Amino acid sequence: MNFDLNDEQQMIMDQAGKFVANESPVSRFRRLRETERGWEPEMWAKMAEQGWLAISLPEEQGGFGGNFVDLAIILEQLGRGLVPEPYIASVVLAGGLLSEEASEAQREAFLTPMIEGKTTLAFAYAEPQSRYNASDCLTTASKSGDGWTLSGEKVWVLNGHAADQIIVVARTGGGQFDDAGLSLFVVEGDAKGLTRICVPGMDGQRTGVLRFEAVEVGADRLIGLEGDALAAIEKALDRGAAAACAEGMGHIRELFERTVAYLKEREQFGVPIGSFQVLQHIASDMYAELELCSSASILASIQVDNPDVETRKADVSSAKLQLAEGGWFVQKNAIQLFGGIGITDEQDEGLFFKRLRVLNALFGDADWHVARFQTLKGFDTAD
Amino acid sequence: MDLSYTPEQDQFREEVRSWIGEAMPAEMKKHAEDAANFEHSEVMEWHKILYAKGWAAPNWPVENGGTGWDVAQRSIFQSECVRANTPALSPFGLNMVGPLMIQYGNEEQKARFLPKILAGEEIWCQGYSEPNAGSDLANLQLRAEKDGDDYILNGQKTWTTYAQYADWIFVLCRTSKKGKKQEGISFLLVDIRNTEGIEVKPFLTTGGTLAFSETWFKDARVPQANRVGPEDGGWAMAKALLGHERTGIGGIAESARRLTQVKQVAQRTVVGNTTLFDDPEFRRRIARKEMRLRAIEIFDLRALAAAQLGHAPGAESSVLKIVGTELQQEVAELIMDAMGHNAMGWLDSPEEALPIHQQAIASQFNYLRAASIYGGSNEIQKNIIAKHLLRLPSA
Repeated sequence: MNFDLNDEQQMIMDQAGKFVANESPVSRFRRLRETERGWEPEMWAKMAEQGWLAISLPEEQGGFGGNFVDLAIILEQLGRGLVPEPYIASVVLAGGLLSEEASEAQREAFLTPMIEGKTTLAFAYAEPQSRYNASDCLTTASKSGDGWTLSGEKVWVLNGHAADQIIVVARTGGGQFDDAGLSLFVVEGDAKGLTRICVPGMDGQRTGVLRFEAVEVGADRLIGLEGDALAAIEKALDRGAAAACAEGMGHIRELFERTVAYLKEREQFGVPIGSFQVLQHIASDMYAELELCSSASILASIQVDNPDVETRKADVSSAKLQLAEGGWFVQKNAIQLFGGIGITDEQDEGLFFKRLRVLNALFGDADWHVARFQTLKGFDTAD
Repeated sequence: MDLSYTPEQDQFREEVRSWIGEAMPAEMKKHAEDAANFEHSEVMEWHKILYAKGWAAPNWPVENGGTGWDVAQRSIFQSECVRANTPALSPFGLNMVGPLMIQYGNEEQKARFLPKILAGEEIWCQGYSEPNAGSDLANLQLRAEKDGDDYILNGQKTWTTYAQYADWIFVLCRTSKKGKKQEGISFLLVDIRNTEGIEVKPFLTTGGTLAFSETWFKDARVPQANRVGPEDGGWAMAKALLGHERTGIGGIAESARRLTQVKQVAQRTVVGNTTLFDDPEFRRRIARKEMRLRAIEIFDLRALAAAQLGHAPGAESSVLKIVGTELQQEVAELIMDAMGHNAMGWLDSPEEALPIHQQAIASQFNYLRAASIYGGSNEIQKNIIAKHLLRLPSA
């Protein structure tokens, strides 16, 4: 048992921290949120050069043999700069699925160009009616000739507006809510019959609404076994939740550090407002929640690849709950302690606030994770 | 970063589990299942069983009779104790004055006191608070005046937990009135049973038990040899000891135990044709506490791991104290809610009205209001975090 970063991880953190401070501070995000795509291919290529797109993949897949903790370290630093490149969509979600579920030929076709920084990916799972239920899927894929024809609609697809390829969850059997009958397909972003609507989000990033109207794909576009994708989807979404906790840590740390600095500098009644006990206690409570968020996030990034699915779900859900509630405590009080200036767009605090709230809504909110936690086997055995 | 256990650690867990299974007397096991509210005599019985095995002081160095376990082993041992509902040992000797003596005591003091703490032969209590020195601890007034080789003590301590059982008390006393109030304080070890002029009067707590006492000193004579550290140099030690105290004071193991108890009560509580444990809303309330506990447990392990690398417990022990005791209280509230109308009962309610395993719950619920007050109130902990960690300016 060990909670320290090893030398290599310490180096990754230092490098990522410097990179974000130099190459992509919050001011860059401010500029990009006004653009169509919301991120830049040049920066994606630079991130590939850093090795960040392949860091957690096995060496035989062109990676560096790292693990999810390495991703989490990078994500936290990206969070500090609100870096808008599609790291979660492309590396964590779609990259993870391809690495674990795809054939060698499929990995070479879709994963290799992504880790080289030439393409980006997306994972389309949510539908207008599905909320957080991964089994709830109306999009269908029916056999046609050698291939498949996809029809349906996906929403809130991270990087869905810009991805070169999209991994799509579609039903090849069963009814709307059935666990069985779900399959994964890789669809080109410019496929015939696919309409992509770019949706500007609260956080200044973009997602896509994707409409599939008889989109045809070849048989070689099916990832994994037909009709048996739920476990892989759930794992991908848990990776997403752990990634949200890690990126969120970057936002929480920024909000906390900026607030404490402001308490020391801002004067009212002739003294720094940080000398008022009522504000000191709020700041102390913020620190406590930050530490619990950090602890739970570390736990999630260690356990998200645990082959014991129940353990994975329990610890990821605990972390996401802590992000939703502890993170919320930090973000709302940061704005409160900044006062009026905290709700102006010119201050960065509001940008972190909004991104954190978006992360809260992704990959299961607090209530959903609590509900899932109490269905796990370990909850019923009083042991 | 790695949370997995090595084969040796898995084997260690097996060893601990089977040993506890064999070592715990049948009567104690039954009590552990019923209520996990142990008598003082049972706590001491379990202390002696652990001592015989060499496991009484997981956090002491080997040369002082500790186990020499690393963080993982201590955490495994702790979780196995929780699993088996073993009695929790008194912290005042093993976790507080013992580690303090190991750090600051002279060789004579260590030789005289540590073996008896370890063996559970001498029971300790803490003499810190006074009627006018609560949160403002440095305001303490218990006077210690030199007389030959002794000090003569006059004054009063309060909230001296365990004093009614204790053989020895460690006190903070005033040896000088010069300079800042923190500067004239010394740390003394006092034989509470055999020193003339000491009177102990327990309080009846709202929990219906005698948990803490008032202790009066009237011309009580204590050898100067019983002073730990330099004269007037006790404040630094007092603070160091509070750091040790707070890390254990979050009641994390206790909360884990109590969450299991919530589930047991809910399983035994029939609601219509099902049980309370099948009620989705109530399950979610339990789940939230269990998930919060998981985050606190990892934070505790991180703090322990840092301590093992030689970092003194700092502001993180204040965080643990706050979040740990808040959870303890919330879990106690949850058990009361699980009991429904049975929560009206009390320690001496007849079994016809209140099942035996629920008889101590209301008492614990009441007493646990002390958790956010003792060991430095949670508000004082927030002051400590603000001042020492966040370096916010003083008013």
